[in-house]
Amino acid sequence: MIPVEISSVTKSYGDLKAVNGVSFSVSEGEVFALLGPNGAGKTTLIEILEGLRKRDSGAVKVLGLDPWENGYVLHRRIGVIPQDFTFFDKATPWEALKYYADLFGVSVNPDEILKEVLLEGSASVLFENLSSGQKQKMGLALSLVNSPELLFLDEPTTGLDPNARRAIWDVIRGLKNKDKTVILTTHYLDEAQQLSDRVAIMNHGNIVAMGTSDEIIEAYGSGERLEIHGTEELASYVRANTDLKVEYKGKGLIGIALNRKIDALTALAAVKQSGLDWGEIHTRRDSLDDVFVKLVRGTMDAQGEIKAENNGDNSTDRRRR
Amino acid sequence: MASAKRIMADLRLFGRGYLRNRVGLFFGLIFPVILILIFGAIFSGGSSGTITVYVQNQDAGQISTSFVDVLNSTGTVRVVLVSTSENFSQYLSVHSASDGMTIPADFSSNYMAGNPVNVTVYGNPSSSSSAVVSGTVTGVANVFNLRHYNGSMIIGLTQTTVNAQVYKYVDFLIPGLIGFSILVSPMFSLVNISSEYKKTKLFKQLSLTPLSKIEWLASKVLWYILLSALSFLLMVAVGVLAFGAYVTLTLWLIPFLVLGPMLFSSLGMLVGTVTRSTETASLVGQVITFPMMFLAGTFFPISLMPIYLQSFAHILPLFYIVEGLNAVMIYGNYGQAVIDLVVVTAITIIVFVAAAKLFKWRED
Repeated sequence: MIPVEISSVTKSYGDLKAVNGVSFSVSEGEVFALLGPNGAGKTTLIEILEGLRKRDSGAVKVLGLDPWENGYVLHRRIGVIPQDFTFFDKATPWEALKYYADLFGVSVNPDEILKEVLLEGSASVLFENLSSGQKQKMGLALSLVNSPELLFLDEPTTGLDPNARRAIWDVIRGLKNKDKTVILTTHYLDEAQQLSDRVAIMNHGNIVAMGTSDEIIEAYGSGERLEIHGTEELASYVRANTDLKVEYKGKGLIGIALNRKIDALTALAAVKQSGLDWGEIHTRRDSLDDVFVKLVRGTMDAQGEIKAENNGDNSTDRRRR
Repeated sequence: MASAKRIMADLRLFGRGYLRNRVGLFFGLIFPVILILIFGAIFSGGSSGTITVYVQNQDAGQISTSFVDVLNSTGTVRVVLVSTSENFSQYLSVHSASDGMTIPADFSSNYMAGNPVNVTVYGNPSSSSSAVVSGTVTGVANVFNLRHYNGSMIIGLTQTTVNAQVYKYVDFLIPGLIGFSILVSPMFSLVNISSEYKKTKLFKQLSLTPLSKIEWLASKVLWYILLSALSFLLMVAVGVLAFGAYVTLTLWLIPFLVLGPMLFSSLGMLVGTVTRSTETASLVGQVITFPMMFLAGTFFPISLMPIYLQSFAHILPLFYIVEGLNAVMIYGNYGQAVIDLVVVTAITIIVFVAAAKLFKWRED
């Protein structure tokens, strides 16, 4: 069975089209990341899949069920960490797990699950006294109580420090090794790249690119290029004396597109011929980061807010390419 | 299908959290007991309760002295003599007193001669004590008038009490404050948590478990029923032990102790559900709760209030609970209790159904 299959899903809040005709499917054992800035529609979409929100139109099948109509049945088979997971202040992780086990009518060993999410040391600390990372781990633990076939993790590491993020990543990798299907939303590119088999980049309610990181870079990236540290004068010299596409990217960096590997030798010959100073030299490809910036027309800050092209020449050049 | 197992699981988690929260515990259990101690002490102990009357006797004769003695011996008033050298009106105002009496210089001689003579009673018409003072003085004067004509008492008075029990203030205070605690604790708590859980999306999270909203609400109602029962026992124990309150314990109390917390938990839930923000919820909760806290017969019987406030009290759900508790605990008036129960049951069903219907786990 295909765990998640949706087509042409839409959801509007008044005039705002939060989800604007999204289609994709996720196969068993896959970790699928929805990557996008705040307000891209990730949470609305994932909540539609969880049965927490009603879609306006489109077809949605999660584990073969319509989540809105069959939420009560579906919820016994999926695990969810909502964005900004929270719990009762005066309960401990151990008690929370026992509570969830009673609600689901399953018998679990809370200590085992706490160990799985690396929280065994804080089993009896009240929720209000846990750190943000520990709270998030407790959310993960709760989502595992009913041995779900499919997990939804809505921004599981937002607001966590790097160590806590890596700890959560380890837990998610552990789930992947157990062949759980995971749908994850994030605005961290590295997170999507590190954890997921496939990424869907979402912006303004649409999926603007989808595939493995390599596929996306291949499809939307600009190919290999040579980067040389040097002056604008050097860039002009190389441009004038070769057929190559040369860009001065500002801050002493020159970019030269390489259509063939041999172009690198032509470029370096011209550099040598110029007699001008040059520094570090290397070739590189677009990263998922570069492609993301191109696709959503801006960069994101740590909170997932888009900073529209305000990085000077650098990003303007990227956009023109 | 509601499951008792899930309700109990939620009840355990919620109850444990509640007991760990000292503030909630204080307001739920200890505060009403403190109120009993405070109000019980104010109204039932220490002071004699008699009214102080300042008397300036300008007459040196025997009759006036005897008049003052008789007045003092009534037990209703306590006479404080004021020297004749004082300006009496000024003296009263300096002592922030309004009740007083002056006896004129020729009182005894006129009395002996059978000439009409007046004592002057000072008082504040708006104060109930002044009415008591003038009534008492009139009574004493009548006795002296009769004596003068060697009249024998033709019309006497035999005192008897209407009921075997003479009620003290604390007797009314206990059912009132039980009503108070049935109202305040579930109401404020549910207003708060229902709007708070909505804001923090805790409800949304719970909706992802098999717990249904009815089961959730049922566990809260059960918790506040348990808490009210405990609070009831504490208050009765304190009232009886500290003030010798008169309390009847009967099975009739049970429906009130069950329906009350159910009504106000649901009402709190309803307020938290229909309001958009926690601030609005708390404001609306207070607007509903405060009039009930004071006007439903909690701290004093509503018969002491002006008629328009008494009519107002009849639209407050808590009024019927307090009236019912009074009927059961003090008067043994079970006819009245049945009427109150019918009203409370009807309101509870309406509010509970409305809360359960309007309360949503998830959004469209």
